[in-house]
Amino acid sequence: MQAESSKPQVHASLSNVTRVYPGVAGNPPVNALGPINLELRRGEFFAVVGPSGCGKSTLLEVLAGLQPASSGTVMFEGAPVAGEVPEGIGVVFQEDASFPWLTVADNTAFGLRRAGMAESEIRRRVDDVLSFMGLKDFARAYPAQLSGGMRQRVCIARTLVLQPRLILLDEPFGALDAQTRLLMGDEVLRLWRRTGATVLLITHALDEAAMLSDRIGAMSARPGRFLEIVETGWPRDRDSTIVGDPRFGEITGRLWDNLRNESLKALGHAQMAAE
Amino acid sequence: MSKIAFLRLAVIVIAVGLLEAACRGGLIDHRVVIPPSEMAIALAHILATGEANHQIIRTFGIVIISVAIAVALGFVLGVIVHALPRVRQALDPLFATYYAVPIFIFYPVMIAIFGLSVVPIILIGVLNAIVAMIIATLNGLDRVPRVLTKVGRVHRMGRVSTALRLKLPAAAPHLFTGVKLAVSYGFIAVIASEFIMAPAGLGRVISDAYSDFNNPRMYGLMLLLVIVATVVNMVLHVFDQRWAERRGIART
Repeated sequence: MQAESSKPQVHASLSNVTRVYPGVAGNPPVNALGPINLELRRGEFFAVVGPSGCGKSTLLEVLAGLQPASSGTVMFEGAPVAGEVPEGIGVVFQEDASFPWLTVADNTAFGLRRAGMAESEIRRRVDDVLSFMGLKDFARAYPAQLSGGMRQRVCIARTLVLQPRLILLDEPFGALDAQTRLLMGDEVLRLWRRTGATVLLITHALDEAAMLSDRIGAMSARPGRFLEIVETGWPRDRDSTIVGDPRFGEITGRLWDNLRNESLKALGHAQMAAE
Repeated sequence: MSKIAFLRLAVIVIAVGLLEAACRGGLIDHRVVIPPSEMAIALAHILATGEANHQIIRTFGIVIISVAIAVALGFVLGVIVHALPRVRQALDPLFATYYAVPIFIFYPVMIAIFGLSVVPIILIGVLNAIVAMIIATLNGLDRVPRVLTKVGRVHRMGRVSTALRLKLPAAAPHLFTGVKLAVSYGFIAVIASEFIMAPAGLGRVISDAYSDFNNPRMYGLMLLLVIVATVVNMVLHVFDQRWAERRGIART
């Protein structure tokens, strides 16, 4: 009984999930994902790494309900995910998804206004999130007046203000420079600790995954499956300074061991991968 | 006033000043072109006496109706064509060559069908403006980032809500370009139609004044058209610039 109660609670899961894209213009169907299994523990930070085109983003979209699974079961908080994005899931995309016609404050308030929340409560929540994200001084600015990193923070703020319990990040720092990515990583860790939400991060950067995550799933080339799930063992109050920890190098090395052959396969170098 | 605005004003003032000097100095025959100051006095007289009010209201009313129909219908057709890729493939070459055909060749046909009334003029105005709006709508919808559709789904928005609250604002700068073009094309078509054949309207009055050698009346009303067309386009241009700056879109 003791062991049962200390077992981490499953927040979301994929069971034998596949995603097959139908063939277009006479081409055969593309098996993009799986079959894949994953149990996301409540409150954990989980990263997914893998070669280009292995189905990382497909996995995220299937989990979010943005794409249907071709087979298998997707569950969030005990209920199946089918057809639409369940309440409680927030998604931040790689592309700049800020609304250029709205100010930073109005971007952030978008979901709350749609939900019909009272304006006073919207202002309170938006102020709080913008302060947390370091955007308070830019509340009246438009996205075009901000840097790429700040625009991505606006998108994160728009997601965060809805207080999601599962945050899905699809390579949100992919378009940013290395230093900004490190700093954004610190911010994501800060918001993860503050919200207590479960976070799933899709990234192609092994160092980013190793720095941010409790667990990292290394995926094979298409159709993506988990080759190994690596536990990092980092304390919860970590930040980007852990890149100097000797274990950081061990983790990235282990991930690369898993991914090198898969990346070669993805690039079409099957013979080199075999050697 | 910014340096660019000052330069713009200076160019206009110098051009008008040169024309005034050329007319006053006899370089340009008074029977051909009257000095701009006389054009302004003639326009002030026409407006003060109200002698052309009916024509002014009629012409600008037709322009407004034509442009409103072209913008509304052009937008709706643009949305429909955008949703039907095969129809778009079929129509794209026609849109590309549309303005190579002088629409005015159909004006006599329309007069034969609808009679010498405002209807053929409105139709010519709509025909001349609508394709600019359709093309602008297609361009705008093409440039709506696909990620916005996903954002709409994350916010559990339906198709209509996503279209109205995300896609429409995202496409708005391109739609506004369509509106600007529709205003210009509609204006040109209506005035030109009135010149060619119409029972009334500013184009007809200017044409009559030309036939009667009534230069003050002709140039006064021409000045009115130039002022209205310039002011309307400058107001639209200023809106467009401010909008573009806010969104970080480069406009020339």
